Amino acid sequence: MADIDIKDIVKKENIVYKKTSVLTDNVMHYCPGCGHSTTHRIIAEVIEEMGIQDKTIGIAPVGCSVFMYDYIDVDTQEAAHGRAPALATAIKRLLPDRFVFTYQGDGDLAAIGTAETIHACNRGENITMIFINNGIYGMTGGQMAPTSLEGMHTSTTPYGRDPGLMGHPIKMTELVAQLPGTYYVTRQAVHTPNLVRKTKKAIRKAFEYQKLNKGVSFVEVVSNCNSGWKMPPVQAVKWLDENMLPFYPLGDIKVPEK
Amino acid sequence: MAKVKGAIVVDTERCKGCELCVISCPTHVIAMSQKVNIKGYHYAYMENPDACNGCTNCAVVCPDGVITVYRMKVEEKTEV
Repeated sequence: MADIDIKDIVKKENIVYKKTSVLTDNVMHYCPGCGHSTTHRIIAEVIEEMGIQDKTIGIAPVGCSVFMYDYIDVDTQEAAHGRAPALATAIKRLLPDRFVFTYQGDGDLAAIGTAETIHACNRGENITMIFINNGIYGMTGGQMAPTSLEGMHTSTTPYGRDPGLMGHPIKMTELVAQLPGTYYVTRQAVHTPNLVRKTKKAIRKAFEYQKLNKGVSFVEVVSNCNSGWKMPPVQAVKWLDENMLPFYPLGDIKVPEK
Repeated sequence: MAKVKGAIVVDTERCKGCELCVISCPTHVIAMSQKVNIKGYHYAYMENPDACNGCTNCAVVCPDGVITVYRMKVEEKTEV
């Protein structure tokens, strides 16, 4: 084969993938390899593909993703810790033509915000909830979260999580799937290219279901927390595959009936 | 027969050196540079550019979206 110089390939007309313009040029503060960055990027891509940048309102949580408004170039409101679904309820009821999504971590959605989450899902608010589950409190230094696995070492459970003393890990996604107010409930991950593509499709579906006014679309993203787990990114991804995914199996949990 | 050739361009100053693109590349094109960027991270670069077919796996998995992928069809008998 004839030699082709890289300069011949690197031309504007040959671009097959580039960063979406809905994501700002700010360098994200997340640690290297963090699933938050990937999820931000695919949400931005979905917003760009659907052409709803000026009609989307995001609700940022408290946690690592508290600065989401710096990275996704849509209208964003910062919520009090755990209260993103309550805020999303208000915004969606006042502006029903907007696409409203909440973006929450496990400390926000599954710990301090459990009541808001369950009741927003039970009322069947017409919003999208994106739940990043990394099984640890990443921002505050790797403490045990409600979603930490049994036997998982964190800074508050240095000998491993003991279910007798600290309770069992909570599967929020299965929990909200039981409620009649949820329309679409799925669990995805973002640590391999294939899973990223699947997650993007799931998030796109979740946004599109908002048009139908049928209830909450809930997407859990099983993510890695390299700093919290105290592992390099590649090892954390392997650990996620071996430990998180058997307990949090991927796939659709509740799909709309045809 | 047409063949597909690809290339990636890494925004080295934004790359955080997580190596997720390295393990995702099916043709083992990407490696981490010995040099570091302004923040001290080893950044990704094309070590084996001839093998790249522009599959976009690296860019799709890149958390920070620093990779731009280019792809073009190349005829076998192209005269360059």
